[in-house]
Amino acid sequence: MKKKILWRFVLIGATVLLSIIFFLPNTPLFGYMPRWWKENMPSKGITLGLDLQGGVHLVFEVEGDRAVETTTERIAQSIKDTLAKKKLNAEVTRNGLMINVTPNTMDIRRAIEGDYPVLVAVETGTRLVYKLSDKEARRIKDNATDQALETIRNRIDQFGVAEPTIHRQAENEIVVQLPGIKDPKRAIEIIGKTAQLEFKLVDDVSPVAAEIPSIIKPDEEEALLKRFVDKIPPDDEILFERVVNRETGEITKRPILLKRQALLTGDYLTEAKVNIDQRFNEPYVSLTFNAAGAKLFEEITAANVKKRLAIILDGNVYSAPVIQERIAGGNAQITGRFSMDEAKDLAIVLRAGALPAPLKMLQNVTVGPSLGRDSIEAGKRAGIIGSLIVILFMVFYYRLSGLIADFALVLNIILLLGAMASLNATLTLPGIAGIILAVGMAVDSNVLMFERMREEIRAGKTPRAAVDSGYDKAFWTIFDSHVTTLITAAVLFQFGTGPIKGFAVTLSLGVAINLFTALIGTKTVFDLINSRKEVKRLSI
Amino acid sequence: MIELLRKTNIDFMGKRPFTFSLSGILILLGIIAIAQIWRGAANLGIDFAGGTAVQVKFEKSVQLQDIRVTLEQGGIRDFDLQDLPAENKVLIRIKKGGTAVGELADKVISILSQRFSANKPLIDSTTEIGPKVGSRLRNDALIAIGVATIGILIYIAFRFQFRFAVGATIATFHDVLAVLGIFYILGKEINLILVSALLTIAGYSLTDTVVVFDRIRENMRKGFKENTETTVNRSINEVLSRTIIVSLTTLITAAALFFFGGEVIHDFSLAMILGIIVGTYSSVFVASPVVLMWKSKKPLAKKP
Repeated sequence: MKKKILWRFVLIGATVLLSIIFFLPNTPLFGYMPRWWKENMPSKGITLGLDLQGGVHLVFEVEGDRAVETTTERIAQSIKDTLAKKKLNAEVTRNGLMINVTPNTMDIRRAIEGDYPVLVAVETGTRLVYKLSDKEARRIKDNATDQALETIRNRIDQFGVAEPTIHRQAENEIVVQLPGIKDPKRAIEIIGKTAQLEFKLVDDVSPVAAEIPSIIKPDEEEALLKRFVDKIPPDDEILFERVVNRETGEITKRPILLKRQALLTGDYLTEAKVNIDQRFNEPYVSLTFNAAGAKLFEEITAANVKKRLAIILDGNVYSAPVIQERIAGGNAQITGRFSMDEAKDLAIVLRAGALPAPLKMLQNVTVGPSLGRDSIEAGKRAGIIGSLIVILFMVFYYRLSGLIADFALVLNIILLLGAMASLNATLTLPGIAGIILAVGMAVDSNVLMFERMREEIRAGKTPRAAVDSGYDKAFWTIFDSHVTTLITAAVLFQFGTGPIKGFAVTLSLGVAINLFTALIGTKTVFDLINSRKEVKRLSI
Repeated sequence: MIELLRKTNIDFMGKRPFTFSLSGILILLGIIAIAQIWRGAANLGIDFAGGTAVQVKFEKSVQLQDIRVTLEQGGIRDFDLQDLPAENKVLIRIKKGGTAVGELADKVISILSQRFSANKPLIDSTTEIGPKVGSRLRNDALIAIGVATIGILIYIAFRFQFRFAVGATIATFHDVLAVLGIFYILGKEINLILVSALLTIAGYSLTDTVVVFDRIRENMRKGFKENTETTVNRSINEVLSRTIIVSLTTLITAAALFFFGGEVIHDFSLAMILGIIVGTYSSVFVASPVVLMWKSKKPLAKKP
């Protein structure tokens, strides 16, 4: 009998020791530990959730349809080239996700369907209408999400955030968590920028170009586009350049008629970095193309001397200088009255590559650091006060036995913190609530057993027999009530997000540990008391 | 031995006319609340309805009216303000902003910073939730409640007889609906945190129920020569004080959370307090009578 009790004490002692070792990194004490300890012992502890340490939780949707649209546009351009090469006269236009080809002749059909197996014909009357097959569209969307995930990861890495969490959710969503970040707005901009860099020729030849006003107010963009929508040539489009007056700071827009086809894109970039313009002391971003890009750039500039080449980022013209001569070496630059931070961020997104499709923000939860600190303080206070009242109540009501229950309660808190630390669990504010509720529930099991023991004593049993049968008879009640709580905790874990998951973790760990402390912890102490000598009266 | 209650002999089952009407009202309240949530007429949190919430902390105290006028002049519509005067904090909630996620919060912040430049507002937190996420979270919450209830029903049916499972499940529904109904009447926000409180209540309220059921089953096996109603009554009387103490200890911690736990979990702890009280009541006055009244030819204590 005695040996059994000893072993149980060893078990309890060992779990307590383990818990302390795991939880140590969360205490200031860890700083005083020797080096070998810091290097070889658990050093992560419990992580604070975003709601406690501040930070942002973002959910983005990857607009996969836009990636499909881009691919469709590329194929339309390619079909145009193919048909021209085969000397087949046809008009090819893209309308949303559809490619229209007229006329419908056998030769044209054969040429298109032979070369582009990813297309399916939707209409084969007087004209041909094609779209990407559903399977291909799905593949593009799926790819777009994967690529966006990779790109965001790159950007965040370069921006420099400690321990970001970036993962894919559902079909086309990306979750980004940036704990402890100081400037959430800037981070959001870096993630969300599509950074689609394009070089397009300015169309100065079309008669429409002369009709377009040279400068408009920023809010007149839509009206202008509406006015010219039917006039501009099918291969052209109007984009805007933002113009800032150096003296007054007034912002205006300059509409520019461009050839729709991008001659060169950011895909060919190898490097983007910030330089300072000596003249205005303004930062700009200098670009370096890879070999293929440099060759392309040289060809383009050679073929278009004296024409203007526009540099476009996400649909906005940054500059449109005249090509003076062929440019070899593969260097270009983006200027645009940037602040230093803006230029740095632009360089980051260009280096990390463009997003395959624009992102739409679905959810943005930002928590400042002070709220988190307040919450931790409030949580600690509530926890201490709540525990103290429960501890006092138990001693008052159950006397010495109550003290044993309190021992179990403290054991419970230590093991719970240790278990959370060992799992590197994330502690959220609802999680703190979970711990505090677990304290209240921790004594429940003891109450059930004590009440049973009282009953047995009233029925005339000896203290030892009362303890034993109290435990035996209360066991299933305790077990059942714990399992039902575990079921709901599991459901919460499965369906909850962020903070609520944290609650589910502490609650379920609390309940499980509670079973251990109540059934092993308290029982061992009672057995120890009973093993010494026959106790005449049980203090209960 | 200090005892909360000496040996009691209360005819719990005899109070059915009164307690059933009370429970009926509570359940009705809950059903009305659900109907209103369905119609979108309840005070849904932005995590369910979509929208923007900004919590700002000022250095000095501000008049809510000032903030209201400032925001209205700045062109913000459909918002409501909530005051936490002790800490100079104000919570601004804008429902269904219409604008893209990421714009409205910035706008609110810049309007406030301009107007209150002398009493600089600090951003405690901002939450922006698009309508798509809102409806998904709402669906997830409903599924969660369904799955949890079914899980509990199965477990209780496995451990007890089916009629106990029915009693426990009705009591659980009763508790969840009652708390939801009371929250609705109080005009409190129905949000994700409340749903997690409701689920916790669902799990916890069974603790009491199991305590009572265990004793009913045990007494049935003893085969007293008395009718079932007397046995149920006797069982409840026997376990009454532990039922109350078990709830009391958890109630103490929930109350500590309510009074000292800070603003963010204030409503969560209120829901827990209500849930614990209603849960204790329902194990005696809902779960047990249902077991008693569920017509079954099987004797109550056949299964081990």
